[in-house]
Amino acid sequence: MDISPVFFYVFAALAIGFSLSVILKKNPVGNAFSLVMVFFAFAGIYAILGAHLIAALQVLVYAGAIMVLFIFVIMLLNADEPSFDMGRSHIGIKIGAGTLCAILFCTFVWAIKESPINIPAGRFTPEAIQASGGNTQVVSELMFSEYILPFELTSVLLLAAIVGAVAIAKRKLGKN
Amino acid sequence: MALSEFQVEPWLVLAFCSAIFFIGLAGLLIRRNILVILMCIELMLNAVNLTFVTFSKIHNHMGGQMSVFFIITVAAAESAVGLGLVIAMFRTVRSVDTDEIQLLKQ
Repeated sequence: MDISPVFFYVFAALAIGFSLSVILKKNPVGNAFSLVMVFFAFAGIYAILGAHLIAALQVLVYAGAIMVLFIFVIMLLNADEPSFDMGRSHIGIKIGAGTLCAILFCTFVWAIKESPINIPAGRFTPEAIQASGGNTQVVSELMFSEYILPFELTSVLLLAAIVGAVAIAKRKLGKN
Repeated sequence: MALSEFQVEPWLVLAFCSAIFFIGLAGLLIRRNILVILMCIELMLNAVNLTFVTFSKIHNHMGGQMSVFFIITVAAAESAVGLGLVIAMFRTVRSVDTDEIQLLKQ
């Protein structure tokens, strides 16, 4: 793929380092801020892959909305003292989980590397996207024509999520 | 082959995606803090999103980017409901530790 290797390697190294810090740090606030850095690195990789709208949405929705929600809940629950849940979990679980994930990762890399990717001539080459007004315009036109039904269903899903989150998190009337 | 110096092999990007996915899976298995477990789920969702975008780039097809758009929406809904559940759990057991959820045992 014709993407800049320097930027890819920098963003990939940042993402792997900070995601290791997400799962290994003891402080939940530290985990949350490492996750923000992972999201920014992912937004950079989306941008160099040509998905500009997805990169902007990644920063807005993930690094903006979802992380604010996480920080807000950590603050609300006073859960920001370091938890020693790593030290308490059985050493066998840690070794088992690490080995399982390493084996699965090696299997995936082997399968990805060995399987041939036959490239069909898709409609949206970079030149075609450029000619029809850029990534954002192409995605928007597809969203409101070919993918209009999932788009509308998304609004129903968000409504259900709002109602569900309020109903679950609110204090029960008549109790407490 | 001057052009190949400016190229990244597709399998390398996909291998990076699976690395992030399995880091998230390992965190899901070893951590006990429910907030960190939710963060690991977000990490795994992001890895899948990047796989979709990579295949969208490889195949010159926009379906991958559209899927990512919908997955981001589902992830936002999931984390809103998930954090609501965390608050409800904290109100019941006064802890964010998954070991403390043993109401069925008592």
